[in-house]
Amino acid sequence: MVPLWMYLLVGAGLFCIGVYGVLARRNAVAILMSIELMLTAVNINLVAFWRYVTPQNMSGQAFTAFVFVVAAAEAAVGLAIIISIYRNRRSVIVEEVNVLRG
Amino acid sequence: MESFNFLQSLPAIVPEIGLTITAIIVLFLDLRLPESQRKSIAWVSALCLLATAALYLIFWSPTAETTGLYWGGMVRHDTLAQIFKTMILIAAAITSLMAIDVRGLGRKGEFYLIVLVSSLGGCLISGAADLIMVFLGLETVTIPLYILASFHRNDGRSAEAGMKYFLFGSFASAIMLYGLSLLYGFTGQTNLYEIARYLASPEFSSNALPVIGALVMIVAGFGFKISAAPFHFWTPDVYEGAPTPVTAYLSVASKAASFALLIRFFSAVFPEGLVLNGVEIQNFWVQLATALAVISMTLGNVVALAQRNIKRLLAYSSIAQAGYTLIGVAALQVSASQEHAIAAIAFYMFMYTFTNLLAFAVVALFSEATGSETISDLAGLSRRSPWLALTMTIALLSLGGVPPAAGFFGKFFLFQAAVNSGLVWLALFGVLNSIVALYYYLTVIKVMYVDHSPDEDKPIPVSRTYVWVLGATSIIVIVLGSVGVQPIFDWALRGAQALFGTV
Repeated sequence: MVPLWMYLLVGAGLFCIGVYGVLARRNAVAILMSIELMLTAVNINLVAFWRYVTPQNMSGQAFTAFVFVVAAAEAAVGLAIIISIYRNRRSVIVEEVNVLRG
Repeated sequence: MESFNFLQSLPAIVPEIGLTITAIIVLFLDLRLPESQRKSIAWVSALCLLATAALYLIFWSPTAETTGLYWGGMVRHDTLAQIFKTMILIAAAITSLMAIDVRGLGRKGEFYLIVLVSSLGGCLISGAADLIMVFLGLETVTIPLYILASFHRNDGRSAEAGMKYFLFGSFASAIMLYGLSLLYGFTGQTNLYEIARYLASPEFSSNALPVIGALVMIVAGFGFKISAAPFHFWTPDVYEGAPTPVTAYLSVASKAASFALLIRFFSAVFPEGLVLNGVEIQNFWVQLATALAVISMTLGNVVALAQRNIKRLLAYSSIAQAGYTLIGVAALQVSASQEHAIAAIAFYMFMYTFTNLLAFAVVALFSEATGSETISDLAGLSRRSPWLALTMTIALLSLGGVPPAAGFFGKFFLFQAAVNSGLVWLALFGVLNSIVALYYYLTVIKVMYVDHSPDEDKPIPVSRTYVWVLGATSIIVIVLGSVGVQPIFDWALRGAQALFGTV
């Protein structure tokens, strides 16, 4: 059977790719995608931990289901905001959206 | 685990039930009322919220018998949760009334609905005792706030504020969630108290390093929610770009609820005396809080000195206020003064909620009437509208910590807690910072009272709703700084004791 640490490694890898994407990409949609990758990493962690640490207690699976739902809500709101930015500016490059500064 | 009793569990979520019912009423009214009458939704929503708060305080206050975990360990019903839930309900009511005359908000039923949903999340995290509830509650607070920040969707500034808030916010919550998943993995539990029990038991034999890693990720998430430096980058832009009532709401409700959760989370999961491989975990997070407090106070106050926009000024001031409150978190390190420190945090948040709402209500009214948010345009406000200038003065003096406004006692209790736990230098640092802060608050007051402007003969009309909002909130701020100190602080102290009560 595949040991637990391999799952965790995949999760950590995905998480790091997500963090790198958020910090390095300039397109708001790409940043949103990177955030979704981070949430996927969390889900892999949760399901792996559930299976290996406490398979009799369902709370890990329930947690994963909630993360799914919230991620979907977040993506819906985020895309709506990005669309309204696009209508205003004709651009979704975060560096070009900078009216507010002090 | 005890058997589930539906009726006994209900009092733990009375505010949430009230908010849900109010949300349904608001949705229904929004459908049925013609556009010209939709302003009355604000009054309906505010009155329902105040009624919920009153019923909750009178009939379903947690007592020694009823304090405990409910709904399968998801929420804890105790006095600390009650304080913060009351705070959030009142803040949401004031916000609804504040939006009534604002163009683009007042006649939109969905605005009130989204505020209600966000408060629902705030109430949930005030009592959350489970990782799932922590995550779900935090997201229920923030996702509606993303929508509210970009509510004026045709205004580029509002949309930009929404986008920045969304990107920073979801990044921070993803990092925090990773920390929570690790914490779940180490212990196999999602209930905060079970996690603590497992971490303390000899069964748990891990290196301290992964636990500290998870802890740092969780602190980063909280740092974002309470807008502590260095996680503050979103704050000034979002505060400036969002519609003013939304700024008011997000500066108080989400911050207060996050502080409630922060206290509960850290004192439950990483309590005093938890030692992993010779590393005292509490020391670690307390020192992290100290560092955040020092950075937030200094950065917030110093950068605020250079601001010309009143909303940006209040944003940096709110970063500094998060820093002062974190002094209370740092003071949790000595068990003898823990209760006092928690009570000080609760009292500070209570007074900060009203003070900041008051300041933003004046700003909302002023910018609706004149279309300007720059500090220099406030010149001559004392002659254009003396009462408005007086109200703003009360709010600013309270933020600066000058008696008789409430801020004085808020800061006093926090610094006292710091001194009690041996952090005299931190208390002195806080006092020095308050002096710096006083400079920019007094500058605004000077502009309102001394400076002259060509528009001085144009009075600013104050509608009746605003008279109510401003009057009631100013009275509360003054009362909290005089006769109200003792009862509210005692209440907060009872809350702090309830936090450490038996589970």
